[in-house]
Amino acid sequence: MVAMLTVEGLSVNYGRLAALREVSIHVDPGELVCIVGPNGAGKSSLMNAIAGGVAPRAGSAKFENKELVGMRPEHIARLGMSLVPEGRQVFSTLTVEENLRLGTLIRRRSPDDELRLARIMRHFPRLNERRNAPAGTLSGGEQQMLVIGRALMTQPRLVMVDEPSLGLAPMIVDQVYEILRDLRQAEGLTLLINEQSSKRVLKYADRIYVLRGGVIRLEDSAENLQDGAAIVQAYFGFARPAANAGLPA
Amino acid sequence: MIGFLQNLLDALSLGSLYALAALGIGLLFGILRLVNFAHGDFITLGAYALIVPSSADIATLLIGGWTWVALVPAVVVIVVVVALVSDALIFRPLRTGSAPTLMTASFALSFIIQNGILMIYGARPKAINLWSGLSDQVQIGPLTTPKLDLVVIGVTILLMLLLTFFLKRTRYGIQMRAAAENFRMARHLGVDANFVIGLAFAISGGLAATVSLLFVSQTGTLTQTMGQPIALFAFIATVVGGMGSLVGAVVGGFAVGIIVVMLQAYLPPDLRSFRDAFAFGLIILVLVARPSGLIPTRGLAERV
Repeated sequence: MVAMLTVEGLSVNYGRLAALREVSIHVDPGELVCIVGPNGAGKSSLMNAIAGGVAPRAGSAKFENKELVGMRPEHIARLGMSLVPEGRQVFSTLTVEENLRLGTLIRRRSPDDELRLARIMRHFPRLNERRNAPAGTLSGGEQQMLVIGRALMTQPRLVMVDEPSLGLAPMIVDQVYEILRDLRQAEGLTLLINEQSSKRVLKYADRIYVLRGGVIRLEDSAENLQDGAAIVQAYFGFARPAANAGLPA
Repeated sequence: MIGFLQNLLDALSLGSLYALAALGIGLLFGILRLVNFAHGDFITLGAYALIVPSSADIATLLIGGWTWVALVPAVVVIVVVVALVSDALIFRPLRTGSAPTLMTASFALSFIIQNGILMIYGARPKAINLWSGLSDQVQIGPLTTPKLDLVVIGVTILLMLLLTFFLKRTRYGIQMRAAAENFRMARHLGVDANFVIGLAFAISGGLAATVSLLFVSQTGTLTQTMGQPIALFAFIATVVGGMGSLVGAVVGGFAVGIIVVMLQAYLPPDLRSFRDAFAFGLIILVLVARPSGLIPTRGLAERV
């Protein structure tokens, strides 16, 4: 199978600080892939570099065989890939509906836009109730729903979600993940999700990468990692696990 | 009471010019974090566009002699083109520059425009007669006012309504508001940075051209620094109103206009020549009371 997203040897520096060192990952069509790692591991840098927000020092990132490195973020967004960045980033002075419509404004007006909006409002009934309210007045959980909905309005095939659980109550986080899972089925989405905690990831992901100190420490299917021991090792770096370590005895 | 209403009308007329100029400055600040000190020179350019380029002392009308239906669009197009060229040549290469870098570049642009005008048109002020019919007095109830004041206020209200409609109801307007609040995120949603910034420069230029025409028909004089005092007061208006808020720019523009005119009218005659000192004193008081302006922008404060 040809991967939807292929990242090879990607390095990102901030001044002399290396945030990512030769990171290679891939996401196949229809997959739900999670990148797990502690704070400062380089997870956001990786998504930002893929989406054109920061220029990598070296390496390549291809979406459906198209090189993304060197492209501007607005052009990458039009390829069918959408970033839901960390910290939600709703446009707080725009209404909920304007936030959502922003995702379609970049294209020619089409009757599909209205259908799409209606479908997203069905997925998120709470947004429909608040559609004319300024987005800044929504709760954290509602804002997270809004940015996911907004990303979907651009008709993406791949959605990258950076730490959807950040700053949300555990119950709300569960809701967010349920919705992401439903959307994946309903819309045929491919998902790449950054997460700090591995527990939820093991429940929802197909495949998991552990990123620490800007380096991929582990890659395996969620199935193989279910007992969590290998992830914990890779995450904290107490021992150096081989790739595909599988279940420890 | 009638005297006060008369003064209020004057204040609204002056405040309108400040508000239009402040909108032009506020729009670019909102999107680009650029404090454009060349805005006053865009205003100057619009006025000079009315006459034949020549260093002769007597100005010969060129576009200024046309009927207003052709004159207004012609001057607007000229200033818009200058604004877009400024963006392409100066501000686009500096996109990743810091706010002070952009501001310094706008100072440089300001001097380039002023000296360009000096080279082409000469240093002497020029008299010009634009729309002299507008200085006829009209009677509204007990008030007497030049038609021009009413035109200035009317045009300002019309442009503010148009701008509001554009920003609230059109797809490009919504993109601009989004970009003004969080440019990075807007780009990740596919909003084209260069296009939105170009649009902001174009609208800012159009507003500057309108100010040129209204101002020159009031004063009847061209000088190469004529736009600067308006732009300075307009800049102060954007700060008083709340940097980054367009409603704030308008409110600030009218506030500054009202302060200036009312001080002129009600200060004891001996003190009137120090009017601006009192005006700025009041402005400092406003800022001490509300450091982020009358209408603070949440987008600026709450950046994650």
